[in-house]
Amino acid sequence: MAAVTALSEAPGAESAGRPRGMQARRRRRLNLFRYVVFTVFGLFFLVPLLAMARFSLEGATLGTWSLTAWKQIASYQGTGVPPLISSIEITLELAVITCAVMLVLLVPTMIWVRLRVRWLARTMEFLCLLPLTIPAIALVVGLGQIYNKLQHFSLSALMLFWVYVILALPYAYQALSAGLSAIDVETLSEAARSLGASWFTVMMRVIAPNMRQAILNALLLTASLVLGEFTIAFLLLYNNLQVELYSISRNTPNAGVLFSTSLAALLLTFVLLLILSYAGRRRRGRG
Amino acid sequence: MAVAATTETGARPARAGRRLSAPAWVGTVPFLGYVAIFLLWPTGIVVVDALKNPNGAWAFSNITELGNPLVRGYFIGSFKLALISSLLGAVFGAILAYAVASGDPDGTVRRLYLAVSGVLAQFGGVTLAFAFLVVIGPVGLLFHASWFYSFPWGITVIYAYFQIPLMVLVFLPAIDGLKVQWREASENLGASAWQYWRHVGGPLLAPAFLGGTLLLFANALSAFATIWAWENQIAYIVPQQISIALSSEVGLSNVNVADLLALGMVIMVAIVMTGYALLLRRAARWLR
Repeated sequence: MAAVTALSEAPGAESAGRPRGMQARRRRRLNLFRYVVFTVFGLFFLVPLLAMARFSLEGATLGTWSLTAWKQIASYQGTGVPPLISSIEITLELAVITCAVMLVLLVPTMIWVRLRVRWLARTMEFLCLLPLTIPAIALVVGLGQIYNKLQHFSLSALMLFWVYVILALPYAYQALSAGLSAIDVETLSEAARSLGASWFTVMMRVIAPNMRQAILNALLLTASLVLGEFTIAFLLLYNNLQVELYSISRNTPNAGVLFSTSLAALLLTFVLLLILSYAGRRRRGRG
Repeated sequence: MAVAATTETGARPARAGRRLSAPAWVGTVPFLGYVAIFLLWPTGIVVVDALKNPNGAWAFSNITELGNPLVRGYFIGSFKLALISSLLGAVFGAILAYAVASGDPDGTVRRLYLAVSGVLAQFGGVTLAFAFLVVIGPVGLLFHASWFYSFPWGITVIYAYFQIPLMVLVFLPAIDGLKVQWREASENLGASAWQYWRHVGGPLLAPAFLGGTLLLFANALSAFATIWAWENQIAYIVPQQISIALSSEVGLSNVNVADLLALGMVIMVAIVMTGYALLLRRAARWLR
């Protein structure tokens, strides 16, 4: 880029004036375009969130301000539904379990396929991306029967993690696969193996630490997916956070607690993904 | 060569120490088993049950029920919503992606918009319907839009909230792939901005743009939570009807309605996603 720019400015002072003027005009136009676009889209994205924030701070009478809805998150009890806090706990636990299972299932398998079973790589990629083509709403139709069997063992909503791992597969796979291809897996494992390391040591103590960033990305994406999941929990008649919010909204429309809880969940997701974005930058700066 | 030799000598003692030497693919069995039980099996159930009567007998004629006017109506609704929301999302998303890409590649604006897009692209849940309800719905703070509950326009505006960020995420790499040299080269040859976009930038970005549109299309087809929280009295699209079919016995006689609709959806989404994958491969040819 620098070379070409230098070249285009090099030939003679007489022609240098005009292109530079054109560039400046284009830059001004571009900046104007950018400010307009950022403002318009910024408003489109911000206004609904601000409106939710305003509603969550609504007092007992219209137009007043109060923190009641935010304090209610811990104590709210809708009619005919479990306490709100219990579904928040379940959703957070689900996020943790899903992340753990996803890691244990996917990371060693991906490394193993990369090192020893190369011919399975395409199949694995296909299987991991397959959930993108099978919408949750279609998957849930078939899952009903499987969950009927699972419910002989446990009725807990935590059982949802089985299918949440599947939903998270495409995102986790893409994150991990980016991390894996960024390091020289073969050389690392050959070095470790020649020093007498077991395959377990190769994976857990040599390769996995080298793809820490990719693993973090996969975890954050998985967690944010679980926090927002509604379809499967709702149709399998489990109660997670989103289902609970939906039930509250049907029984008590416009309850302030709806907006405070939604916003809290959204902020949590936003923080998770912001961590992801900034952790990525630190790594790049170091390297 | 030398490295390969090292591996062999390194691997041999370990292998000799093992009593049973299983083939390497055995290590992938837990993963394959998991996917088989929780992804392939349920999908298989959908396919098989769609072709069976509720009493368990095979009935391949069920597939013709997809042409039933009632059923076709849901698919047309789904198609309409997906088409409109993906086109709008793609156009606006591309504009926003261009604005983001033309700034400082490591700047705050770009970082912020990317992080926000990452969140909002996933924000297609129940909460989204609440958010728009309080802005333009019947209790709206901003105004009470009479079209809020109209299909497909009301829901399209809501869908744009996650479609546009998704387009930004998938289209930004393509715009980043446009090299400054191409722009400079065409300018040095005397091309106007319009000529540059018409003959260089446009054709280069076209596959990525179309691919992004298809991804958005599939995304809108599969979305359920938002439209369900927006309106659960009237079913306009297939996912709503699947939900109704799952929770009630009313529907077409002699057909597992939910399975049939789900099969129809899987087929639709699979076609769209295949197109997306092909276009993505084509887009990658120039933009790397």
